[in-house]
Amino acid sequence: MDLQNQQRVKDAAEKYGAENVVVVLGSSDPEGAEIYAETVTNGDPTFAGPLAGVSLGLAVYHVFEEEIKGEADPSVWEEQVGMMEMVLDTEALAAAVKKIREQYSKYSL
Amino acid sequence: MAKASIKGYSYCLNHVPNIAFHYGNTPFTERLLRGETEFIKNLKNKMQSYKEACAYAPNQAYIGGITLAELEQQPSPMYENRLKSCDRFGKYGEIMPEDEFIGLMDICDVFDIIWLEEIFASEIKSKLEGHSLLNESQLKRLEAGHPQEEIMKEVNENEALPLYLGERVVGCCRRGHETDECLSSYVLLENIACKAGGVLSLLHLMKNAGIKPEEIDYVVECSEEAAGDANQRGGGNFAKAVAEIAGCVNASGCDVRSFCAGPVNAVIAGACQVASGARKNVVVLAGGAVPKLFMNSRDHIKKDMPALEDCLGGFAVLLGPSDGENPVIRLDALGKHSVAAGASPQAITSALVWEPLQKLGLDFNDIDKYAAELHIPEITLPAGAGDVPLANFKMIAALAVMKGRLEKSAMNEFVKNKGIPGFAHTQGHIPSGVPFIGHACDAIKANEMKRAMIIGKGSLFLARLTNLSDGASFIIEPGQKEEEKAALTREEIREAVLDVLQGLAEDLKKQQ
Repeated sequence: MDLQNQQRVKDAAEKYGAENVVVVLGSSDPEGAEIYAETVTNGDPTFAGPLAGVSLGLAVYHVFEEEIKGEADPSVWEEQVGMMEMVLDTEALAAAVKKIREQYSKYSL
Repeated sequence: MAKASIKGYSYCLNHVPNIAFHYGNTPFTERLLRGETEFIKNLKNKMQSYKEACAYAPNQAYIGGITLAELEQQPSPMYENRLKSCDRFGKYGEIMPEDEFIGLMDICDVFDIIWLEEIFASEIKSKLEGHSLLNESQLKRLEAGHPQEEIMKEVNENEALPLYLGERVVGCCRRGHETDECLSSYVLLENIACKAGGVLSLLHLMKNAGIKPEEIDYVVECSEEAAGDANQRGGGNFAKAVAEIAGCVNASGCDVRSFCAGPVNAVIAGACQVASGARKNVVVLAGGAVPKLFMNSRDHIKKDMPALEDCLGGFAVLLGPSDGENPVIRLDALGKHSVAAGASPQAITSALVWEPLQKLGLDFNDIDKYAAELHIPEITLPAGAGDVPLANFKMIAALAVMKGRLEKSAMNEFVKNKGIPGFAHTQGHIPSGVPFIGHACDAIKANEMKRAMIIGKGSLFLARLTNLSDGASFIIEPGQKEEEKAALTREEIREAVLDVLQGLAEDLKKQQ
């Protein structure tokens, strides 16, 4: 996760309280999704950004997880995400983020 | 119907592992922030020799040394299954070795920015004299060189960047100004390398298309570099600078920028000039990007594979009025990603693929091959970016399913038939559709293909000016024979004349 985005996440957690922030990932690659999820829960694993050594424990989900998909208007979902649902390995993406969430998240939906 | 012919194309690589090792953004930043770390030491052991780069199948596919069908047959990983026989030159261009490329950078330098060490200068002079495309006036531009002490003084006291071949310092790139960051030695190295790559591609293009330098009317350059100074950071103009060195005395030019969507936008800009009759022979070209060399090398080292991103990419395409022979770009069905189109992959794919097809009353299946983001998968996969071309073809297939034009069960088949393997270096603007123009035109001319769609996509948000991305696309199809058109026109005229005569006769009758 680039340094600007880490800072934005950190700022949001400070401003609204970590319990009130949910991070929704749209990453197309399970390995990348895992790193993003880890960054906003356990801290930046590359120790390069503002979240290095900062364990925010935020609630983190992939957009393809049922908790998030269920919140979306089906017609908007169809228009915005339907195509990518056919392209990407949604199960692997959801599993990757869930694994990290169960390990490091202090909050959930 | 507005069309422009594709009259020639060239594709070149510059194999520059030492420039990559020292000035690729990833190792350069690492060295700046942390010094000679383990990563840097490991990177040194993972660099490819020129011979290895030449025998790497995607590189040969890029310069036209092998076909895309042959590339698809290549067992993976291709860096462990290199080609047995391969040549420096392919039918589109060449893979230039680093020593000659440093010499070429000096030929392209008109402000005494590049200094060559004198022994190297004489060595490289005799090598470059053997290059069939460099003429006397270009070779005359090569400097006699400087003593090693002068080079090192410039490096140690005046912020010049040393140019290496292994451990040997063979020259340096000097700064253009003492305080102006836009004219720092790093920026100038980036720009002169980009210029030199553009020149090499233009020289090959003129040979491939059988056109003289003085016949070129206009050059559109579409790399991702910025030429300027502190008061006009991106002032330009690479195009004209390239045309000058290549001897295109009657050409002018300008630069078009849109990140990785630059080349497709530039081809459209050039084709429109040609189709409108404003200019006759327009070249669209770009050289490579030094900072992107070894961009993903950290991941390549982690996976214990060679650092493959050691080549600068370059290409050039010659556009001219529709001649009936050469394949044409259709300007009546361009893909455009508008401001309001939305940023989801679905919205982008729809704007770039489905909308132009609808304009022509065509279906997804009427395009034989789609070309978008043709990155070499072996480079991007270890870095977690996936197989980029494959992801694009899957998106097109999925969109076809959503539009009810394809059965979901036929998606894999569609991807297999309509996609092409990635064979372009991660040079930003280089992979974005344009490397396929050459292979596509060859297939169309051989009647093996009817239509290809070239798609460019650019990540505009990287510049922090807008959150938007950009995209553009065009369709290539066979040129139509002039005779048919003329015969049809004659027929139409005959009918029109008959109509008029008949009307006249009837009028005369009435008057009587």
